[in-house]
Amino acid sequence: MELMDVSLLGWSRAQFAMTSMYHWLFVPLTLGLGVIMSIMETLYVRTGNEAWKKATQFWMTLFGVNFAIGVATGIILEFEFGTNWSNYSWFVGDIFGAPLAIEAILAFFMEATFISIMFFGWKKVGKKFHLASTWLTVLGATISALWILVANAWMQYPVGMEFNPDTVRNEMVDFWSILLSPVAMNKFFHTVISGWVLGGLFVVGVSSWFLLKKREVDFALKSLKVGAIFGLISTLLVAFTGDGSAYNVTQRQPMKLAAMEGLYQGKTSAGLVAFGILNPNKKAYNDSIDPFLFKVEIPSMLSILGNRDAKSFVPGVANLLDGGYQTKNGAALSFTEKQTRGKAAIQSLAEYQKAVAAKDTTAAALHKAKLKENYPQFGYGYIDKATDMIPNVPAVFYSFHIMVMLGMYFILLFAVLLFFINGGKIEKTKWLLWVALFSIPLGYVAGELGWVVAELGRQPWAIQDVLPLKAAISNISGYSVVITFFLFLTLFSALLVAEIRIMLKQIQKGPEAH
Amino acid sequence: MITYSFLQHYWWFLISLLGGILAFLLFVQGGQTLLFSLSKTEDEKRLLVNALGRKWEFTFTTLVTFGGAFFASFPLFYSTSFGGAYWVWMLILFCFVIQAVSYEFQTKPGNIYGAKTYRSFLFVNGLLGTFLIGAAIATFFTGSDFIVNKANITQQLAPVISSWGNEWHGLDALFTVRNWTLGIAVFFLSRSLALLFFVNRLNNEVLEARSRKFLWYNAIPFVVFFLIFVIWTLLSEGFAVDPTTGVVSMEKYKYFSNFIEMPIVLVLFLLGVVSVLAGVIGTWITPKFKSGIWFAGIGTVVTVCSLLLTAGYNNTAYYPATPSLQSSLTIYNSSSSFFTLNAMSLVSLFIPVVLVYITIAWRAMEKKRIDIEDVNGDDHAY
Repeated sequence: MELMDVSLLGWSRAQFAMTSMYHWLFVPLTLGLGVIMSIMETLYVRTGNEAWKKATQFWMTLFGVNFAIGVATGIILEFEFGTNWSNYSWFVGDIFGAPLAIEAILAFFMEATFISIMFFGWKKVGKKFHLASTWLTVLGATISALWILVANAWMQYPVGMEFNPDTVRNEMVDFWSILLSPVAMNKFFHTVISGWVLGGLFVVGVSSWFLLKKREVDFALKSLKVGAIFGLISTLLVAFTGDGSAYNVTQRQPMKLAAMEGLYQGKTSAGLVAFGILNPNKKAYNDSIDPFLFKVEIPSMLSILGNRDAKSFVPGVANLLDGGYQTKNGAALSFTEKQTRGKAAIQSLAEYQKAVAAKDTTAAALHKAKLKENYPQFGYGYIDKATDMIPNVPAVFYSFHIMVMLGMYFILLFAVLLFFINGGKIEKTKWLLWVALFSIPLGYVAGELGWVVAELGRQPWAIQDVLPLKAAISNISGYSVVITFFLFLTLFSALLVAEIRIMLKQIQKGPEAH
Repeated sequence: MITYSFLQHYWWFLISLLGGILAFLLFVQGGQTLLFSLSKTEDEKRLLVNALGRKWEFTFTTLVTFGGAFFASFPLFYSTSFGGAYWVWMLILFCFVIQAVSYEFQTKPGNIYGAKTYRSFLFVNGLLGTFLIGAAIATFFTGSDFIVNKANITQQLAPVISSWGNEWHGLDALFTVRNWTLGIAVFFLSRSLALLFFVNRLNNEVLEARSRKFLWYNAIPFVVFFLIFVIWTLLSEGFAVDPTTGVVSMEKYKYFSNFIEMPIVLVLFLLGVVSVLAGVIGTWITPKFKSGIWFAGIGTVVTVCSLLLTAGYNNTAYYPATPSLQSSLTIYNSSSSFFTLNAMSLVSLFIPVVLVYITIAWRAMEKKRIDIEDVNGDDHAY
C-alpha cells in the first residue's frame, strides 16, 4: 500500500520541513526590516532630512531582494497542504482553509498593491502617500503572518471545532475561539517579534560593517541607533512572549515540554535546565539511565513557568505514557487507555456509517454518542505503540536551549551596543562591531530552531490528539515526493546563493548609490 | 434567508470570478513569452520587463487567493485534486516559484546566473504556466481519474480518503486532446492580452506597432482553439447530478443545456466573448485605439467566469471523476460547512475594499504611459 510506505511519510515530512525552513529564512527579515525601514521613512517625512530618505531606500532595496525570494518559497507551502497532506486537507479543511483564504484576501493583496508604490512610487506619489504605502506593505506582511500563525496554532491546540460523522471531518463551530485562542495570540506575537529581532540584528550588523570600513559613517550611526533600540525592545518582548509560549506548551502539549526539557520522570517543584548535555546512552524512556551527563538547573523554575506554581507537578515522558498522575481533570490517562479509546472512536465511526447506510437510526444514534465520548482521543487510534508518541528529544532539547541562550545573548548585545552608542564610542569599539556583524547569522539560527522546537516537538501529530501525520498524508508515490524534494531543494539553494550575493553587492554599493 | 445551498452557489461564483480574474491577469505570463520575440534591443526588453514587473504580483496573488479560496470553500477539491494530480500542480507551482525572483534579481549585480537566465525563467513561467492552468481547468469539463471514499478514514492502517487512478498523477490530463485545446487557447489568450496591454501602457511607437502586428498571430490561434474547446464541450456529454439522490450520470449536451437553462450565464458568456473580440478587432482596425485591453480583459473575466459557472451550477459535477462517476465532486458534496461558508462570506465583504484600494493605487501609479526614460530614471527598475 503506497500510503504506508515509510519513505513516503518521511519524504513528505522532509519536503514540508525543507520548504518551511527555506521560507523562514526570508520571512523574519521581511517583518523586521520592514518595520525598521518604515520607521526611518517616518523620520524622513517628519524631519525632511534627506539622510533618512537615503537610509530608507538602502534598506528598502535589501528588503525587496529578500521579499522576492520569500514570495517564491512561500507559494509552495500553501499548496503543499493539498499536494502532500490531502487527507489532512479534507479532515480539517473546513477550519484550516479559512485562515489561508483570509490571508490571501486581506494580506496578500495589500502587500502586492502597496509594495509597487513603495518601490516605484517615490517620484509618482506624495511623501505621505508613499509613507502610508510603506507601512501598509509591512502591515500586509504582518497580517499575513497573523493568519498563517493562527492556522499553525490551531494545529497545536485545536479549538472551535466539532467532528461531523456524516461528512467525516471536523467542522468549525466558533471562529473567534480559533482566532483568539491563547496559543494563536501568543504564537503570533512571539513569532512576529522574533522577526523584528532579526531585523534589528541585520541592521546593526550591516551598519557595523560600514563603520569598520569607515564608510557612510553618518548613515551607519543613524541606522545602528535605530536598529539597536528596536532590537532591544523586540528582544525583551520576545522573552516575555516566550514565557507565554512555555506556559501554553505545558498546559496543552506536555509531551513537547518534556522533550524540550529532557524530562523523562516528572517532578513536583521541577527545575528548569539552564544548561545540560544529554546522555546518548539513554535508549528507552523507562530505563534507569540518567538522561543527562551533566546539567545545571534553576530550582522550581519549570513548575513556575509551566504552571505558575512553584510546587506543582510537571509530568515527564514516562508519566505521560503511563498516566496515573493527577491533573485538574482527575487522573491522567495512560497511552494504552487513550489508544483504546481512539480505536473505539474510529470503530464507532465505522459502525455509525454502516448504521446510516442501513437506515438504522437507533444504532446510528448509539454509535454517534460513543464516537462523541471517545473523540478527544480519536487520533490515538492510529498510533501503533507508546514510543511513537515521543518526539526526537535531543533535537527538541538542544534546539530549545540554544534558541533561549541566543535570545539572552541578543538582549546583552543590543544593550551593550546602545551603551557604546550613547557614550559616543561605538566607532572605536571595533571588537563590538565585529561581534555585531557576526551575530547576523545567529538571528537566523534562533528563528529556525524555534520552528524545530514547535514542529518536531509536536510529533507524531499533524493536529494535536486528533490526526497523526501518518493519517494525514496524500496517497502518492514516495518517489514522486523524492523528486520534488530535490527539485525544490536545488532550486531554492540556487536562488539562496544568488540572493546572498545580490545582498552583499547591494550592501557594498552603499546608500549613496540610491 | 441565507441557505446552505445559497452559500455553496455564492462561493462557486466567487471561485469562478477569481478564475476569470486570474485568466485576465495571466497577460503577465503571456507578456513574458513575448520578451525574446517582441523586443529587438536591450532597452525594449527592459521596457517590457518593467511594464510587466509592476503587475506580476497581482497575478501571483490571485493564483494564491484562488487556491486559498478553493481550500476554504471546497476543501474536498483541494484535497482530491492537489493530492491526486500531484505532478501537474507541482509543475505549475515550479513555474511560479521561478517567476517570483526573476523580476527582482535579473538586473541586480551579483545575481550569478545572468539576466538571460532569469528572463528564460519568465519565459518558462509564461509558456508552461498558462498552458498547464488551461489544461487543468479543462479537466473540469472532461474529467479526471480518481476515487473518493471518505469512509476510508476508519481504515486504521490505510486511511486514504482519495486516490488517483493511475501513476501519472495529473499528467494524464495531457492524454485528452480537449484539454490541450483549452491549454493552447489560454496560452494564446494570455499573449493576446499582453499585446493589448503593451499597446495601452507603453510609450514606445516601435513596440506598439510590433504589438499590433503580433496580435494577428496570437489572437487568431486563440479564437480557433477556444472555439474548438467550447464547441466540443457543448456537443459532448456532461456530468449531471441528480438533485434528489446525488447520483452522477452522463448527460448529452449537458453544458449546452446549462447555458440554455441559465440564460443569464449564456448572455454573460456571449457578451464576454464579444467584448474580447471587440478589444482585439478594435485594436487591429483602429491605429489610435489603445483601450483594447480593457474590453478584452473584462471580456475575459466574464467569459471565463460564466464558463466555470456552467461547470458547477445547474446540478453539474464541477470536478468529474472518470470512470468512477460517483466520486465526482459537486458544489454540494465538496463544500465547507454552513458555518465556515457563512463566516467566509462575511470576510468576502472586504473584497470591494480591496478592489477600491487597488484602483486608487493603480490610478496613482499609471498616470502616464511608461517609456524607457522612466525605466532608466528609476533606482528600483528591473
